[in-house]
Amino acid sequence: MLKILVSGDTPRSPILLALLIVILIGLACAPFLFPGVRSVDTAARICIFIVLVASYDLLLGYGGIVSFAHTMFFGLGAYGVALASTHMGRGFDSLLVGTIAGAGLAALLAFMIGLFSLRVRAIFFAMITLAVASAVAVLVSQLSSLTGGEDGLSFKIPRALGPAFKFTDGEILGVKANGKLLKYYLVFLSCFALFLFMLRVVNSPFGRVLQAIRENDFRAEAIGYRVVHYRVAATCLSAAIAALAGALYAVWLRYVGPDTTLSMEIMIDILLMIVIGGMGTMYGAVIGATLFVLAQNYLQNVLSLAGDNVSTWPLLPELLNADRWLLWLGVLFILSVYFFPTGIVGRLREK
Amino acid sequence: MSHTLLETINLTVRFGGHVAVDHISCPFRTGELTAIVGPNGAGKTTFFNLISGQIAASEGRVILNDHDITRMSAAQRTHLGIGRAFQLTNLFPNLSVLENVRLVIQSKAGRGFNIFSMADTHKELTQPAMDILTRVRMREQADQSVSELSHGDQRKLEVALLIALDPLVYMFDEPTAGMSVDEAPVVLDLIADLKARKDRAILLVEHKMDVIRTLADRIIVLHNGALAADGDPSEVMASDVVQEAYMGRDLEKALSHV
Repeated sequence: MLKILVSGDTPRSPILLALLIVILIGLACAPFLFPGVRSVDTAARICIFIVLVASYDLLLGYGGIVSFAHTMFFGLGAYGVALASTHMGRGFDSLLVGTIAGAGLAALLAFMIGLFSLRVRAIFFAMITLAVASAVAVLVSQLSSLTGGEDGLSFKIPRALGPAFKFTDGEILGVKANGKLLKYYLVFLSCFALFLFMLRVVNSPFGRVLQAIRENDFRAEAIGYRVVHYRVAATCLSAAIAALAGALYAVWLRYVGPDTTLSMEIMIDILLMIVIGGMGTMYGAVIGATLFVLAQNYLQNVLSLAGDNVSTWPLLPELLNADRWLLWLGVLFILSVYFFPTGIVGRLREK
Repeated sequence: MSHTLLETINLTVRFGGHVAVDHISCPFRTGELTAIVGPNGAGKTTFFNLISGQIAASEGRVILNDHDITRMSAAQRTHLGIGRAFQLTNLFPNLSVLENVRLVIQSKAGRGFNIFSMADTHKELTQPAMDILTRVRMREQADQSVSELSHGDQRKLEVALLIALDPLVYMFDEPTAGMSVDEAPVVLDLIADLKARKDRAILLVEHKMDVIRTLADRIIVLHNGALAADGDPSEVMASDVVQEAYMGRDLEKALSHV
């Protein structure tokens, strides 16, 4: 039963299995285990980034396709929800319409980019995605009457997902039983389902063809697979899932803006997460996104704690200053690439 | 009844000013094994690439079962019945041996776009793949990654992929090159079995004289990209044009040294 749920793709390493269980329990019970606005917010971000990174892994790790437009698809989903909620008014119907429109548009755009550029060399596709993504980012920040420009859009989500909505006498196990809790579980369960779906996709006959194309596209064509068709299909699927992740992100934040969804910085974060976790493994997305988002949110605190403890030492307090967290994130990244070139999951699976 | 399955008509390809394959017109019939010989650089592999669609012809046509396939992609030709094993091993190195063969069976079954089921649960795809591995005596290595295989086993798997595809036209490019003395007969027996079926055309680029002598029904000789001789093995080997193609050397001697 469990094996079917993970599509026969078991972690194949006891340490990895333990890590995944810890992460799953941590995320599933986050509002109860770590009550607090910031920790629940971190947990929701982890869920969403797991889906976003896994959808990128579908493309890069399984299809061998390098794209720089993944944040664009993420943004399309987010803006879809924001625009629908702004113009249709708050409600689940506008969330649904926005999500479907965003995902559909993402798939359509991916289809067009793919059809034009995936016939030729892989590097050309990468360049085209970079160009289109930059163009869309500029367009979004210029069309301020529609998209709110650099300021982005704040919008209202259904009351049932807001803090004012109370149920079961307002408390479960000492945690406020309000719409915020429902919203967290909406995000968590959607992400869980999407992740399991992607795990199924990469272990399906289609996923095997993608791997074959990544390994040897010339031979894949020679045994009868139209390589272009498979690459385009993978691009569309990955774009649509990224858009769904974007829609969830917009619902969670009740806000979209270029910085939160479209920026090149997020694209680079996705690349880092996938490299740290391990490409072409799906579980790498879970490990990479969890570690990275945790580091982004808590490295500063850890550093200031460490800095206080060594305040009497020479030089060290300066290095461990909370403002140096980005430096240490960089160091962590370099170390992880150096010691785990196949990512953490790749390393754990080695015999 | 033997009939013409594949035919090339004035098939030509030029790379810049160099004519690599020069107006080759040649029919290939069912039940017939045609050995294609010629010195290095004569255009044998290029001729193969033109038939299987890896490169596009500059001129001329390729006809399969009365269909003009000259403008089709390699994948389309594969579905119509052209199958090719490569001279340099050309596999999916980080996938398992079984997965390599299974992918071929899956391609034939047209199941590549199935995204909702688990690949490993498809017994109708896995079972035929295991049967093929049994035939090439690689069943024990089914779960090994291809990159871990010996060179000889990789060559055998290369042939296994073609057998799994079971095309109308089998194209082998030096199938036993680099194989050990024990391994080569397994592959040669498989080719002999295919020939005995009488319903497939087999094209074989080969340098080993003993292989040609036991298997070939017909030899065609390529020289500087052109068809230099075509006919019965014993006739062709004795003809002047072949002697010239091999620059005065005795064909048999020349081939046995390659």
